[in-house]
Amino acid sequence: MRAVIEKCNNSSKRLAEIRSINFSKGQDTVTKYISKRILHSLITLCIVIVIVLALLRQMPIEGYFNNFDKMSQTQINVTLKQLGLKDPLPVQVGRYFVQLLHGDFGTSIKYRAGYSNAKIIAQKAPLSIEIGLISLAIALILGLPLGAAMARSTRSKFKFWDRFGTVLIVIVQAIPSAVYYLLIQLYGSEWFGVSMLFSRSNYATWILPIFSLSLGNIVYYAMWLRRFMVDEANKDYIKLACAKGVSQKKIWDRHVFRNAIVPLVQYIPNSILFTLMGSLYVESLYSIPGMGGLLVQAIKIQDNTLVEALVVLYSMISVVGLLLGDILMAIFDPRISFTGKEGAR
Amino acid sequence: MNSFADLGSSKLESSLNDELKKHVSAYDKYKDLPEDELFTPAEFDSSEAEMGGYSNYSYWKATLRAFLHNKTAAFFLAVIVIVLAFTFIQPLLPNQRSAKTIYNDSETGIQIVNRQPDSEFWFGTNSIGQDLWARTWAGTRTSLGIGFAVACWEALFGTVIGLLWGYVRKLDTFFTEFYNIFDNVPQTLVLILISYIMKPGVNTIIFALCLTGWLGMARFIRNQVVIIRDRDYNLASRCLGTSTGRIITKNLLPYLVSVITLRMALAIPEAIGNEVFVTYIGIGLPTDMASLGNLVQAGRLVMSQPELRYQLLFPTAVLAVITISLYIVGNSFADAADPKNHVD
Repeated sequence: MRAVIEKCNNSSKRLAEIRSINFSKGQDTVTKYISKRILHSLITLCIVIVIVLALLRQMPIEGYFNNFDKMSQTQINVTLKQLGLKDPLPVQVGRYFVQLLHGDFGTSIKYRAGYSNAKIIAQKAPLSIEIGLISLAIALILGLPLGAAMARSTRSKFKFWDRFGTVLIVIVQAIPSAVYYLLIQLYGSEWFGVSMLFSRSNYATWILPIFSLSLGNIVYYAMWLRRFMVDEANKDYIKLACAKGVSQKKIWDRHVFRNAIVPLVQYIPNSILFTLMGSLYVESLYSIPGMGGLLVQAIKIQDNTLVEALVVLYSMISVVGLLLGDILMAIFDPRISFTGKEGAR
Repeated sequence: MNSFADLGSSKLESSLNDELKKHVSAYDKYKDLPEDELFTPAEFDSSEAEMGGYSNYSYWKATLRAFLHNKTAAFFLAVIVIVLAFTFIQPLLPNQRSAKTIYNDSETGIQIVNRQPDSEFWFGTNSIGQDLWARTWAGTRTSLGIGFAVACWEALFGTVIGLLWGYVRKLDTFFTEFYNIFDNVPQTLVLILISYIMKPGVNTIIFALCLTGWLGMARFIRNQVVIIRDRDYNLASRCLGTSTGRIITKNLLPYLVSVITLRMALAIPEAIGNEVFVTYIGIGLPTDMASLGNLVQAGRLVMSQPELRYQLLFPTAVLAVITISLYIVGNSFADAADPKNHVD
C-alpha cells in the first residue's frame, strides 16, 4: 500500500503543477508582479461576467416570473420588456456593469419577491465567510501536523502515521466529496449525538460542517507537507547536520519543517477554491443559512435574478481568492529574488 | 535505525558486500579450469562480429512489467476489471430484473416498497418498489459512461490543444492568456450554470464537464512539450530529418502517456462526483433514470431512518470501490508509464 501511495504522491505532484501559475516571476519585482496580476484579474473578471451574463440570458424564462402559468403571452412580453430582457445583449451587459458598479445585484423574483438581491446576500454572507475561514484554519491546524508526523514516521520502524495518512489521503481524494460529506453527516451526527442540522447558537452543530469542509484541505496540506519534508530530509545539509550530531528533534523542527513549509503557500489558492465550492454543498446539506445554501435554493426554486447575482458573485470571489493566493505566494516564496534580501535559496 | 547517518552507512555496506560477492563468484567459476584452456585465443567468427548490440526495450512491455511489479496496483486493477466486466455482463445474466420496473406483491398487488435486502431482492427495493440491485448496476453503467466520455474527450482534445500550444510558438501567448482567464472560473460553477440553462440529461452533464476539463490537461501537456521540445535528443532527431509527426509520436508521447492516463483515470471519479452533486441540487439527470447520482440522492432522502440506510450504503459502496480502484490504478499506471521509471 505504502509504495502505491508513495507513487500516488509522485503523480499528484505532477498534476498539481498544472495549476501553478506561469508568469515570468523571476525577472519581475514583487510589486510589478502583483500589479500585473491584479490587472489580469480585472480583465478576467470582466470577461467572465460577460460570458456568465450571455449564458444566463439562455435561462428558462419561467424563472423571471412568480406566476408564469397564469400569465398570457402579452403579459409575459411586457414584463420581459420591463426587465430589459428584450434589448440586445451588449446593451444588457453594459447596463449590468453600471449596476454592478453601484453595488446593485438586481431584485429577487421568487426567493423574496421585490427584495434587493444585494441585501439578501449581505445577510447570508458573514456566516459563510466565518465558516469558510474557520475551516481553512482547521485544515492548516490539523493538516500540517499530520503531514509532519507522516514525514517523520517514514524513518521509523512501523511507519504508523505514514500508513494511516496515506490511506486517509487515498480515501478522501478518490471518493467524491459529495459522497463523503453525506457519510460524515450521517455517521457523525449519529456517533456524536449532535443534530444533523445546523443551528447558529449551538456550537456543537458547527463541528460537522466545518470538519467536512476542511477534510479535503487537511489531506491536501498533509500530502504536500509530507512530500516537501521527505525531499528536504534527503538533502545533503541535513545529512551534515546529522553527522555533526544535531539532535533529531532540532533537525526536524528547525531545518526540515521550516524549509518545507514555505513552498506550501502555493497550494493556498487551490484550497480556497475548494472550500468555496464545497460550501455550496455542505451549507445546503446542513441547511446553514449562508450563501452556498442560498445558491442551491435559488436554483431549486428557479429564481433567475438571484441565481445570476450569486453566480456572478461566486466567480468574483474565486477570481479574487486566486489573486490573493497568488499574491501571498509571491510574497512568501523566497525563490523570487527582490531588493537584495538574503536569497538563501 | 532512527537516524540519517545509519541509513546511509547501511546502504553503503550492503552495496560493498554485493560488489565483493560478484568478484568471488567470478573466481569460483573459473578456478578449476586448466591453465591452457584459460588462455587460449578465441576463434574469429565473422557472423558474430556482424551482430551489433541492440536494446530489446519495448515501451509497453516495460510499462506493463513496472505496473505488475506493484502488487497493490495489480490487485486493484483486478478489482476494477471484475467490477467493470460485471457491470456490463449483469443485464445478460439470468433472473435479472429491470431497473425501471416497479414490483408488486403477487398476493396483495401492493408495491414492494422499502423491502430489506433478502434472497429475492439482493440490495432490497427502493421507496417506490424498484429493485435496487438492478438499479445500482444500471446506475454504474450510466455514470461510468458519463465519466468515460468526459475522460476520452479530455484526453483527446486536451492533448491536441496542448501539443499545438506547446509546439506552435505563435499560439503560445493566445492560449496562455486564454488559460489564465478561464482557469479562474471554478468547474463546479460552470457545471451548475450549464445544467441550469440546458435540459437535464446525460448529454448536458457530459457537455458541461467537457467544457472545462480539458484546460488543465492541455496546460500540462504544453508544459511538458515546452520542456522536452528542445532537448538534445529531439534536436538530434530533427537534425537527422525525422518528421514532426514521428517526433511527436515517438519522442514526446511516451513522456505524456503517464499524464494522459492519470488524468483519464481521475476524470471518471470526478465526473461521478459532479453528477452526484448536480443531482443533489436538482438539476441532474431525470429521477427515473438510474445513475449513481440519483441513487445516492434517493438514499440520502431516507438516510435518517436507520433501517432504510441500505438504500444509501449499497450505491455508495459500489461507487467507493470504483473510484478508489481507479485512483490507485491510475496513479500506479501513470508511474509505470513514465519512461524515467523504466531504468532499473
